Amino acid sequence: MSTVTDTSILAGRQGPSGRLSDFFWRNPKILLLLMLTPPLLWLGIIYLGSLFALLLQSFFSIDDFSGLINYEFTLATYRQLLIPSNFDIILRTVVMAVLVTLASAVIAFPIAYYAARYAKGKWKVVFYLGVMLPLWSSYLVKIYAWKLILAKEGILTWLFAKLHLLWLLDAWLSLPVVGGSSLSISYTGTFIVFIYVWMPFMILPIQASLERVPGNLIEASADLGGTPAQTFRFVLFPLALPGIIAGSIFTFSLTLGDYIIPQIIGSSRLFIGQAVYAQQGTAGNIPLAAAFSVVPIVIMGLYLWMAKRQGAFDAL
Amino acid sequence: MRSDRNASAPLGLKVAAGLGLAFLHLPILLIFLYAFTTEEKSYQFPPPGYTLQWFSVAWNRPDVWEAMGLSVRVASISTAVALVLGTLCAAAVSRTKFFGRETISLLVILPIALPGIITGIALRSAFSFVEMPFSFWTIVLGHATFCVVVIYNNAVARFRRISGSLIEASMDLGADSFQTFRYIILPNIGTALLAGGMLAFALSFDEVIVTTFTAGQQSTLPIWMLEELVRPRQRPVTNVVAMIVVLVTFLPILGAYYLTRDGDQVAGGGK
Repeated sequence: MSTVTDTSILAGRQGPSGRLSDFFWRNPKILLLLMLTPPLLWLGIIYLGSLFALLLQSFFSIDDFSGLINYEFTLATYRQLLIPSNFDIILRTVVMAVLVTLASAVIAFPIAYYAARYAKGKWKVVFYLGVMLPLWSSYLVKIYAWKLILAKEGILTWLFAKLHLLWLLDAWLSLPVVGGSSLSISYTGTFIVFIYVWMPFMILPIQASLERVPGNLIEASADLGGTPAQTFRFVLFPLALPGIIAGSIFTFSLTLGDYIIPQIIGSSRLFIGQAVYAQQGTAGNIPLAAAFSVVPIVIMGLYLWMAKRQGAFDAL
Repeated sequence: MRSDRNASAPLGLKVAAGLGLAFLHLPILLIFLYAFTTEEKSYQFPPPGYTLQWFSVAWNRPDVWEAMGLSVRVASISTAVALVLGTLCAAAVSRTKFFGRETISLLVILPIALPGIITGIALRSAFSFVEMPFSFWTIVLGHATFCVVVIYNNAVARFRRISGSLIEASMDLGADSFQTFRYIILPNIGTALLAGGMLAFALSFDEVIVTTFTAGQQSTLPIWMLEELVRPRQRPVTNVVAMIVVLVTFLPILGAYYLTRDGDQVAGGGK
């Protein structure tokens, strides 16, 4: 009977806010839409819009005589990336990013492994904060610290002198490519600072993947006669690989796009980030700057695609 | 036979891990030492003498205060915007399953996954395209965009732990959506938002790469630092400012850790 249904169902809520609540409860899709609209508008218009406009510019070219942008579709700007002086910049940056990533993995692994397997209680916290504080502390201050360390009159030279090893430092600096008149203006310096600044990003993903490795798996490997080196090679490393790849996404991408570290500590030869900065600033060649910035996007796209196939995103 | 679970680590591993942590921390400690040096012209080590005078010199520098003020204002507004956008996004993604959910996560993470210089130059060319002059708000536009992800990550982790039946119970007992939000959801996600907000503040306070493209002639504290790094003029003042910046950024990180430590996912796991 109709009287039963009338009383068994609660009356709708009263007042504007009550009615609005009922409306949202019955139409969750509209609530979802309302919640998503502001962030999507912000990210979609401001971020993706700008990004798209930038990509579009890379298909324009600059008029050599007037210096104005020629708004006609062309691939000429991309062709300029292949001329030796520009291609060297790309190659140099990619090689540096690969080396920094490999070295970061080597340094990060023991820290992550100790934190995941052996650190307990208080030490777990020490390791966690010990990684988080350098990771989050100021980027420029970290670079500044290395400017102090690598300076000719700085602590590293002092240390080498105290250990009577100055000849070693001088021998290293006299090497081609990696050397220079001082550590703070050599590739070696750039390399060290890149590792210092980006390596912490590698530790947490490796630690996350190692924490999922059961301890008895390592013991089983040892019981079955595996030496520590074999256990590492055939058990630990394959299981940690997704974490290493996940961490390498950060170290690789961040090194690829950085323009401040090589500007402050390094030789005068450019990296991709610096080339973008110089092209859009002093040179005023926005199309070439845009084409240069497409390079890291494409490389990262490929990298992420490979990482996804290796299952690295589960380790993030 | 059970093997010993509390076996201590091999010596080699201990040494490697210890050296790794030392490598991460010693350079920052060096900053503290240099803030007290009497040497003005070079980065001489060991410092020839120690003094406190540079603290008062830095204290009386109007340009440092102006840069600091601008940085604090930008970071506050950006954090506020990011709090609203990130929480909305996290609530939508965690409450419901819908088409394109993965895409939204990707979109939120993208501003921090792509190199900062790309975000910076893209924003700059967009501003010049719509003929928007550089101002306080152009800096905020950039900062808020990459701060969203920090809030989002923290909020999503916390939303996963709130059971949906709590919200249904509240609604069944006659509370409307706003009361449910005020009395049920907010107390549950409050600490996660506070932690995310602190990290977003730290991220914005320290940001330099995007800022160089969106600030024009304005100078935030990181931009002031960058100018000193490229062309050192005031080494002692820079030393002091660097030390202050380290101390200022450590506080929100420790705070965020303290607020989320018992959670299943701790704040700041990905910057």
